[in-house]
Amino acid sequence: MGEQKGMTIQGNMATALGAKLCRPDVIPAYPITPSTLFPEKISEYIADGELDAEMMRVESEHSAMSACIGASASGARTCTASASQGIALMHEMLFIAAGMRLPIVMAVGNRALSAPINIWADHQDSIASRDSGWMQFYAEKNQEGLDLMILAFRIAEDERVLLPAMVGIDGFVLTHTVEGVQVPAQEDVDEFLPPYEPPHGKLDPENPMTFGSLGTPEYYQELKYDQTEALENTPEVIDEIFDEFEEEFGREYNRITPYKCDDADIILLTMGSMSGTARAAVDEMREEGEKVGLAKMTVFRPFPGDLLKEIAGDADGLAVVDRNISPGFGGAMFAESAGTFINENKSPVMKNFIVGLGGREIFKENFKEMYEKTKEAVEAGEVKKLVEWINMNEDVMR
Amino acid sequence: MMAEDEKKECFASGHRMCAGCGEGTAMRAILNEAGPNTIATVATGCLEVTTTAYPQTAWEIPLIHAAFENAASVASGIEVALKQMDKKGETNIISFAGDGGTFDIGFQALSGMFERKHNVTHICLDNEAYMNTGIQRCSSTPYGASTTTSPAGEVSIGEDRPKKPLARISGAHDIPYVATASIAYIDDLRKKVRKALDADGPALVHVFAPCPTGWRHGSDDSIELARLAVETGIFVLWEAEDGEICDINVTQKPKERKPVEEYLKKQRRFAHLSDEHIEKIQKEVDEKCEEYDF
Repeated sequence: MGEQKGMTIQGNMATALGAKLCRPDVIPAYPITPSTLFPEKISEYIADGELDAEMMRVESEHSAMSACIGASASGARTCTASASQGIALMHEMLFIAAGMRLPIVMAVGNRALSAPINIWADHQDSIASRDSGWMQFYAEKNQEGLDLMILAFRIAEDERVLLPAMVGIDGFVLTHTVEGVQVPAQEDVDEFLPPYEPPHGKLDPENPMTFGSLGTPEYYQELKYDQTEALENTPEVIDEIFDEFEEEFGREYNRITPYKCDDADIILLTMGSMSGTARAAVDEMREEGEKVGLAKMTVFRPFPGDLLKEIAGDADGLAVVDRNISPGFGGAMFAESAGTFINENKSPVMKNFIVGLGGREIFKENFKEMYEKTKEAVEAGEVKKLVEWINMNEDVMR
Repeated sequence: MMAEDEKKECFASGHRMCAGCGEGTAMRAILNEAGPNTIATVATGCLEVTTTAYPQTAWEIPLIHAAFENAASVASGIEVALKQMDKKGETNIISFAGDGGTFDIGFQALSGMFERKHNVTHICLDNEAYMNTGIQRCSSTPYGASTTTSPAGEVSIGEDRPKKPLARISGAHDIPYVATASIAYIDDLRKKVRKALDADGPALVHVFAPCPTGWRHGSDDSIELARLAVETGIFVLWEAEDGEICDINVTQKPKERKPVEEYLKKQRRFAHLSDEHIEKIQKEVDEKCEEYDF
């Protein structure tokens, strides 16, 4: 076991370093704020002879994901990075990567979608590709960004999984923010992540196969069922690999990590960098005697409903804090959390809070407000407003 | 060069193309020339839907179909992956697309593949409209053709713009090999495919492939129409090597050019054209042929 090395780096560099440790063969990428440092760092590693890989400087994100598909189907370990409009442009190809069961890994610098154009953090870009069949991981801090890249490759390439995965780090809040990270030794990552060999064939003239067939109505539904079942079977694999990672590298990961939830009456459910602020708010509220806890979601797809039920099933209230919005309903995490508790005999009172869109700051006070509002609903036995937007600038609203 | 590979057809019979489809004739010749050590990508379109219906395939070589607009960028990824992992570079990589997937929606991906100098041959099977979706106008559709989105009518002659010069635009990327080819000249087609595959870098072969369904001609007329297109100068067969797009070599030059009317009259997509329209087309073809010294 080699020694881990301490470094102080930006989030994009952490995901790039995580990718580099995984020895990818092909990295097709197109620059987009705020994830551009990822392809820049990969290019530097290659230029300096530190990484034996091919960086493809393609002409669009659509071609980036297309080239990922070609490379991955050829048996290459493949990754890319993107954000916002880039992920929207490659939307079509995300479904195809998953449908062909290709274990491509994408580092996402989570950013708002236009219009209006906005380069700052929210989760709308990857949430909008929720139904593409990719696994989705979200980091709270740069260390998680680095580790989740390694974990994403390992999980994606597992023969029981064979699905693509995206690792989200919040735009600017993490992508451009310097934090201390522990970097695993190369030999230990090599041991944790063996070279990739597609278990069911690749584009190979010795053994010709057709990828991307026409699926007629007689077959399409069954093929989609298989793909869906594969994704739904991954929690067991994810838990197993998270445990193995903790044993090897000493850092714990969970699909949802509870904090002070055991005796909590009200639980805040969060995702991404806001979780740190939420934890500080929970600590302050605990000091004031409030029985509040935090559940941090790291894996959004497949949705960890089983863990959510375990963690929040006995709570009186659940405040679901979404950094995304599906106009016409509410946040994605809320809709799925609500779906999780349907048909349960006991379910917490649930409220949805929309926060932090397009880089809007999220403060401890905001979490306290969400707690209070959820508590009020619990005490009143009635949810007057299901979805509430938090930290609105009332001057602009007028 | 071809005898050994021809023992095993790389493009199996029993696919679902229409009777008389020009693409089928082209594909058999192209894949037999390329041989089994080839990986192909194919754009969404007639070729893809008629040859890959699960659980069957007409492809005896490895094939990947991803989407409509990206056959060339998927092929780029394959080329780079093979270079990175294997480094031998002996496997041919071909991206196939129709005219829609090349001239229109696939053009950005194609231009990117050319510019990055991938060792990929792009083959465009051109039947001059979106046939798979039902004969809609494309930038490949020639002047005067009636399609479902450029119908001839009281005040319309059908498509009112000239065909986009795809091969010349491709050649302007300074790629090592560009050619136009036709299913009526199979030896010429195979020679061009061979040169494209042997070129050190990206290549384009633009293949003229009549569509009885979309052009509304007899299914036994496809080869004859393809030949008439060359003999009238409607579709000139040429090649340009080493990025010398100004140094075009016309590869099939009949002694005397036939009038375009002979070609147009055999297809119902042109049935509405008046003598005046035909004269205009003749004049434009004459001017173009002068450029080619044809």
